[in-house]
Amino acid sequence: MPYVANTDQNRKEMLEKIGVGSFEELLRDIPPELLLKKPLNLPSALSELEVTNLMRELSEQNKSSLEYANFSGAGSYDHFIPAVVDQIISRSEFYTAYTPYQAEASQGTLQSIYEFQSLICQLTGMELANASLYDGGSALGEACLLAHYQTERNRILVPGNLHPFYKRVLKTYVSGQELRLIEVAHNEGQIRASSVKEKLDNKSAAVVIQNPNFFGIIEEEIEEIEKLTHSSGALLIMVCDPISLGILKTPGEYNADIVVGEGQSLGNRMSFGGPYLGYFACKKEYLRRLPGRLIGATLDNRGQKGYVMTLQTREQHIRREKATSNICTNQGLMALAATVYLSLLGKQGIRQVAELCLQKSHYAAEKIESETGFKRKFKAPFFKEFVIEGPVAPKKVVKAGLKQKLLAGVDLSQFKIGLDQGLLVAVTEKRSRTEIDQFALFLQKLVQPEVKSVSESRKEVKV
Amino acid sequence: MLVPDTLKYTKEHEWVKSESNIATIGITDYAQGELGDVVFVEMPKLGAKVTQMQPFGVIEAVKAVSELFSPVSGEVTETNSKLETEAGIINKDPYGEGWIIKVKISNQTEIDNLLTADKYKELLNK
Repeated sequence: MPYVANTDQNRKEMLEKIGVGSFEELLRDIPPELLLKKPLNLPSALSELEVTNLMRELSEQNKSSLEYANFSGAGSYDHFIPAVVDQIISRSEFYTAYTPYQAEASQGTLQSIYEFQSLICQLTGMELANASLYDGGSALGEACLLAHYQTERNRILVPGNLHPFYKRVLKTYVSGQELRLIEVAHNEGQIRASSVKEKLDNKSAAVVIQNPNFFGIIEEEIEEIEKLTHSSGALLIMVCDPISLGILKTPGEYNADIVVGEGQSLGNRMSFGGPYLGYFACKKEYLRRLPGRLIGATLDNRGQKGYVMTLQTREQHIRREKATSNICTNQGLMALAATVYLSLLGKQGIRQVAELCLQKSHYAAEKIESETGFKRKFKAPFFKEFVIEGPVAPKKVVKAGLKQKLLAGVDLSQFKIGLDQGLLVAVTEKRSRTEIDQFALFLQKLVQPEVKSVSESRKEVKV
Repeated sequence: MLVPDTLKYTKEHEWVKSESNIATIGITDYAQGELGDVVFVEMPKLGAKVTQMQPFGVIEAVKAVSELFSPVSGEVTETNSKLETEAGIINKDPYGEGWIIKVKISNQTEIDNLLTADKYKELLNK
């Protein structure tokens, strides 16, 4: 709504309509001593032209990732979004739709959510997926609560290489519950089965494994961890980047009980951190404890296929305080974008995206290691993201990058996880070879600013 | 509506049949009718302790869900495994095939706190 009329005449008409003589009369219930009796400390009103100019100036201070070669990730990734995604999600039938309580009026929305659930099941190799949750972190929180209720145990083993933001969300989720988070330290970036074994006991409700983990590393002892977890009676919760599932073994194949993650990578923009969507998939045996919306397919009284919200007795509008979760909405539009993205790419397409990420990030890592003073912090295999350390502090690298239209990565010192020299670098399929080469050159120059050949200076101009 | 004389009842609409120290527990004909088609029953684990008039499980119909209250205190010795695949038998035969759990009674005097068939009928007629 770019323009809302609000003239004296309008106000008078509105007051008359509701039978009130003046605006002050509306404030009658507020004790007079609490009312502000002087004008608000605000600048005087601007004309429409002045406001338009001001807003433009302010918005120009924002920088779009489109103008930068983006090597930042850490949970929010710059993947390519085909035009069809926006075309479909901006249709008003989808754009304005909210909770589809009325099945007879919401078949399109319900079908799209059903397809989202089916695609997530295929991608993760799990039997069941819900209609989505708020984001990856809250999906993990819900997974831990499910494990707690299911096992009636109260310890959650959380890996030291879990995304620090997810850990924070998890802390919030379990506060007030009788749940304790037990950290399993990583060893050179990976979780060892032996470290899990040390912390695991008959009070453990779940073992959480992020794969690829926060450092972008692929975990290599999940099979052993799975055996240990299940033999102790705990559930295995995996947190996965959905793009990585294009080439990595699925959580279903690892016999995980619950799989959650951030679905932003699937056709959604980075948008300053949200709105995103959490996906949540699990084994069928946890159906009754599943949080959030669930759409089912059925036949109507004429035998035609139809879609409905199902198993609603889990949800708070029916079960009140005993509901499986206090989330009874889904990130409908974001889930739709993910659905369109996944259907468009298909099995082959998602595999190709994953392969490109793998190849390009490895090319970048080799280039950086061989041509700059920066080295990879961990030697373990990685997917599309890796940690580098070098003679220049990560904060300085990030700052210098901005001047050269580069988002050089995420400075790990801000997370206080003992990697204060670490820079987390992500390379998606969108990064061109030229961009990667220029990135390496940029790092090289940061390390040795004085060594500049004529040809390199020329390259620098292009950056 | 069936209210067999041989059983004892709770005001939450569970029935109990006690034979020596074992109590068989289910929901009444009235309760199954009010709930509608039962689709799922969440039962306690074997060996779990239950307390008189405290929830021991959950019964779920298509559009309603309700807690199950234990008429007696004791230890769960058996659960009706048929309900896991066919919860609807509660609608068909609430006092027979549709029983829910069996409990080893820990305090016989608690039975006196329960309603007789006549008292339960009175409650339903209110």
